[in-house]
Amino acid sequence: MQLTRRGLVVGGLALTAAGSFGGLGSAAAQGRPLTIAFNVNLPSWDPTVGPSAVNPTIQALYQSVFDQYIGQKPDLSFTGGLIEKWGWNDDKTKIFLDVRKGVTWHDGSPFTPEDVVWSLERAGKVETGNPIQFVWAKIGNFAIDGQRVTADVKEFEPALFKWMAFLTGYVLPKAYYTKVGAEGFEQKPIGTGPYMVDQFERNAFLRLKANPNYWGGKPAIDTVIFKFVTDASARVAEIESGAADVTLEIPYEEYDRLKAKKGLKGVATPVSDIGMIFITDVDPMLDKRVRLAAATSIDKKALVDRLLRGYGVPLDTLQTPEYEAYDASIKVPYDPAKAEAMLKEAGFSKDKPVKFKIQTTRGFKPKDYEMVQAIVGMWRRIGIEADIEVYEIAKHYELRAAHKLAPAAFYNWGNAIGDPSTSTGHAMFGPSPHCAWKGQDTVERIAPLWDEKDEAKRIAGYKAVDRYIAENGLVIPLLQYVQPIVFRDTLTVTPYVSGSLQPQAIKTA
Amino acid sequence: MIVRQVLSRLLQALPTLVGVAVLVFVLVRVVPGDPIAMMIAPGASPDDIARLRGLYGLDRSIPEQFAIWAGRALAGDFGTSISLRQSVMSLVLARLPSTLELAVFATVIAIALGTALAVFGVRHRGRLGEAATDAATGFALSVPDFIWALLLMLVFGVLAPLLPISGRLDPSVDPGFVTRFYLVEALLRGRVAVAGDLVAHLLLPALALALPLAAMIGRVLKSSLAEEMLQDYVMLARVKGFSRWRIILGEALRNAAIPAVSLTGVQFTFLVGGTVLIEKIFSFPGIGNLAIDAVINRDLPLIQGLILVFALMFIVINLGLDLVYAALNPRLRHG
Repeated sequence: MQLTRRGLVVGGLALTAAGSFGGLGSAAAQGRPLTIAFNVNLPSWDPTVGPSAVNPTIQALYQSVFDQYIGQKPDLSFTGGLIEKWGWNDDKTKIFLDVRKGVTWHDGSPFTPEDVVWSLERAGKVETGNPIQFVWAKIGNFAIDGQRVTADVKEFEPALFKWMAFLTGYVLPKAYYTKVGAEGFEQKPIGTGPYMVDQFERNAFLRLKANPNYWGGKPAIDTVIFKFVTDASARVAEIESGAADVTLEIPYEEYDRLKAKKGLKGVATPVSDIGMIFITDVDPMLDKRVRLAAATSIDKKALVDRLLRGYGVPLDTLQTPEYEAYDASIKVPYDPAKAEAMLKEAGFSKDKPVKFKIQTTRGFKPKDYEMVQAIVGMWRRIGIEADIEVYEIAKHYELRAAHKLAPAAFYNWGNAIGDPSTSTGHAMFGPSPHCAWKGQDTVERIAPLWDEKDEAKRIAGYKAVDRYIAENGLVIPLLQYVQPIVFRDTLTVTPYVSGSLQPQAIKTA
Repeated sequence: MIVRQVLSRLLQALPTLVGVAVLVFVLVRVVPGDPIAMMIAPGASPDDIARLRGLYGLDRSIPEQFAIWAGRALAGDFGTSISLRQSVMSLVLARLPSTLELAVFATVIAIALGTALAVFGVRHRGRLGEAATDAATGFALSVPDFIWALLLMLVFGVLAPLLPISGRLDPSVDPGFVTRFYLVEALLRGRVAVAGDLVAHLLLPALALALPLAAMIGRVLKSSLAEEMLQDYVMLARVKGFSRWRIILGEALRNAAIPAVSLTGVQFTFLVGGTVLIEKIFSFPGIGNLAIDAVINRDLPLIQGLILVFALMFIVINLGLDLVYAALNPRLRHG
């Protein structure tokens, strides 16, 4: 066959046309899979190891393939997972876990209590690299009696069962993992979850098939494709062009525009992620009047209304209304006049402003930099002159762990189990690497709550800590984020307060 | 002769690679951002953090870490990615083919477009056609590739959704290929539909990368082509009655090509660098996308591996270019 220039050109065009208009998974085709333009990549398939294990957004992918010990409903309340019943003994020195019967792994082998014990023991070993190892190591000496697993409590952890529904709280297949090893598991992961991995192209897409034997019933949609589209404008283009059926975490302006378009719908739900300003206990934040002036001069409602188009819930503590220790009576009212007076009392004014640095990310969270700019503007009006320093999130983690954050630092804090220990506890307890305020005052108040066995007393204790923090301006909670999800109007999507977009919660309308 | 030249160049490249390795190793460890800080869970104590640091070998001094890494690297083991938990070498080898296919495809488009623009401009010299060519190249040059990416995505992905705007292959297709050079393998196996889908996915990112390069090639080639058209052999061809197209395409273009080839070679390395952003925008699974994730996660072994691969690619590309120059201009073979 003779290859001519004309032939090449025509062939090339035909090739492109075959790909773009042809039958290969055309977006317009009927009976096509559900395609989700997802905002993060999936780095690793082991949900218990490495940085991806502590990335809250990725949990949606893990929860599609694996089951957690304990499940979580859309409103953050807990429900049976692979463990149907759980609890402590009377003096909370032992736990019991009743393992669900009749569950199979994706390879058809039976799920057993041995899998639960192996997963918990593995999670508690330092050498496996589980970032939450310090929680799992608090139980040991496992015993199996029929479907019941019991263990000794080595160190009391009030949120232990909540952690079983949270980061790294997944059951992995003992026999399969032991046989194929870590690399083999990465190549072909199996779980007991509602979906089975059909194909995974790293950084491109994940194709899942419904698990026909799922103990919770076969999912409504047979094939689900997660396209990893980390650029927000590309996700907007994906849903708008019809290449994706569902997307999330897009700018609120785009959310409003897209949900008004024919054929698309939207749902925006407050999720367990808050925007806040860490206060570091260095000059000038050692002066309570300066801290309170900074806190009370921020008009949080204006931030939400003007910058986030109303998509946010102003907060005065590190608890959102869905969390157990939320106390609506704790208020830090917006009062710029009072703030100015407090500053004056501290020796500062608009002519002689108090100066400090505020650090923020830019583009890591919706309008993070713009919010800090607006806050700096509000502060300027009462006599606070703050310089903005933009940094990467990696730098924030490093500085925070080394207690070297600026006097004020914007951050977001997720807490998908809603326990006060994983919000106020770790964010405000001095010895924690996540805490910027190292003062003894909060250490003394929080320390007894770590091993408080009376749950009502523990929750009340955290509410009291939150009140103390608010009265002393030790942190500036700003708002609860709202997660925007846009989808075809032929679908229904059940949003989760945890922020986990689960394909099993998507159905055809 | 050529073999000796290639071997000599490869030997000369070794100190460069060692220098890059040392520099990158030290740099990624002194810039802000601690990979362990990225994965500290709420409640982790200083002891827990130290344990994690030890697990990833980050508790040792930088020279000690380098010695361990270099020893393993010499044996072909570039370590394990912290975030992806796989061997760096296998990750890079799995991604490199898609980036190479994208870069080569973009370069082919750029050469074709640039050549067409140059020939058209010279053919219509002094007329509206030349002015239009100059305006087009000026416009293409003034818009950076990532803006082209967004524009192309808007036009061909949203307004007239003719082409896919993300990924490398439709997720419903199971290629079942042996190699990672999907396009090459699809063409060799005669799987036209899959090749078409791959080309469709390549087209927008490749165009975004190609347009600025095409404009550069067009300008340089047009200028050198215009000079060639004043040479005696061109006059002779005219006297012989050759058509203008035949003179341009058959006689002058080859002689005018050397500056454009030189430019293309240099720009190809920049184009490969440009894939980082373009791959991110189009969610294209290449090493550029991998590099961004590695930097965000402060995945030190992966960053090191990727930069070494980039360095090696630049060396190989430059070597290849020298060989192409030598083929085009015999005087260089003995230079």
